[in-house]
Amino acid sequence: MIRAAALTKSFGATGVLRGLDLDLARGRITGLIGPNGSGKTTFIKILLGLTAADAGILSFDGEAVGRDVAYRARIGYMPQIARYPENLTVAELFALVKDVRNDDRPLDETLIAQFGLRDQFEKRFRTLSGGNKQKVNAALALLFRPDLLILDEPTAGLDPASSAILKDKIIAERDRGCTVLITSHIMAELDELCEDVVFLLDGRVRFAGSLSDIKHRTRQTTLERAVASMFIREVA
Amino acid sequence: MNDTIVKVLAFQTRDAVRSRWLLVYTAFFLAATEGTLRFAGGERAILTLTSVTIFVVPLVTLVLGTVYLYGAREFIELLLAQPVSRGKLFAGLYVGLTLPLAAAFTIGVALPFLAHSGGEPTLGGAVVSLIGAGIALTATFTGVAFVVALRAEDRLRGLGVAIGVWLLFSLVYDGGVLAVVAAFGDYPLERALVVLTFANPIDLARVLLLQQLDVSALMGYTGAVFQQLFGGAGTAAAWGALLCWVCAPVALGARAFRRKDF
Repeated sequence: MIRAAALTKSFGATGVLRGLDLDLARGRITGLIGPNGSGKTTFIKILLGLTAADAGILSFDGEAVGRDVAYRARIGYMPQIARYPENLTVAELFALVKDVRNDDRPLDETLIAQFGLRDQFEKRFRTLSGGNKQKVNAALALLFRPDLLILDEPTAGLDPASSAILKDKIIAERDRGCTVLITSHIMAELDELCEDVVFLLDGRVRFAGSLSDIKHRTRQTTLERAVASMFIREVA
Repeated sequence: MNDTIVKVLAFQTRDAVRSRWLLVYTAFFLAATEGTLRFAGGERAILTLTSVTIFVVPLVTLVLGTVYLYGAREFIELLLAQPVSRGKLFAGLYVGLTLPLAAAFTIGVALPFLAHSGGEPTLGGAVVSLIGAGIALTATFTGVAFVVALRAEDRLRGLGVAIGVWLLFSLVYDGGVLAVVAAFGDYPLERALVVLTFANPIDLARVLLLQQLDVSALMGYTGAVFQQLFGGAGTAAAWGALLCWVCAPVALGARAFRRKDF
């Protein structure tokens, strides 16, 4: 579904991506992990077309990610920080994104219902709690039945009940055939959700494989321990 | 689909109209216009308002524009992640920021004049020019705000640059012109000074507005030379140049927006 080859990107003198090679299989949940500055966010931004790579190839379903913006209609993106124009209401934001998408397919409003967001629709963003903003974020990302779902720290700021609702929804999306890419600092969460793991270090892929593979290779029982042992070995 | 531009524009305008700052801005011009009309009246009111406009409009536009853009960073990223072209998104955002600011200024100046208009219909042309120049300055400096906010990654630095640009165009520039005149006063500087006037939108707006009134003495050095050289025929050229001053930052902003790594 996603293929990156020798992807590089530097900001000024610092190289953030240094020849990243990656394959994401369709219909699987992949956890993207790595320490701060390892290139996770930059990779996601290139995938979304927010940032242009210096060199290398990134393709989405066989098409190179570049000038044409149409492929983004198939992506649902949940950013880490939810900040919206503060004088506008939740309903107005939903209306804008729907308008901009101009998508005729029926919408998936499960999360709006399950999060009880209808009660918040007439509220302005200024008065919305952090958790509710995060719920809006999640509901927007899933509204258009995406083929690729990109979630950046999805459960940060969510209460346990909402977090469980979101995780169930992610799994349901996967069962529908959606490819999911998640970054998170909470390894237990990735342990619970992911089938594949991609470990980035200094702008390169240091490990890519299945969850059981990384545990097996490091002889650990949890993802957290496995990542820790891999990180220590790399640094040493 | 030019729908996208209109939808983003409408969305942003709604956000701006509900903001307290825009209300304060409108109220300021309502009070300033009403006050000058009451206490000065006629040409002197226009004169005072010209000074207020060329001083306040660029400053408020630059500051509100950059602050808004830094605050909207995540929102812009969310929109960029949708299937929308950057050009259209820029157009929507730019117009959506210019329109409310220009409308606030126009309402603030026009309403008191309309309310007082019974006595002096002769001022009509000058008022229209004043509003036109204010709108042009708004459009120019919104463009500059985009360029600054897109180029400077750091919010505080961006705000500093914005205020620096304002200081440069509104204060430092005229000082520089005076210094040139003082240093090279023995040479024929008329043409050079007109060029210098055209190179600063704020100077240009001032000369353009004051030229219509009978107060060339108050126009500053560049203004006096301007009138001497062009007379009435220069007005069209000055409006044309002001329009170029709207387009230049917008073009630069659009370019920066298309190339930016968010």
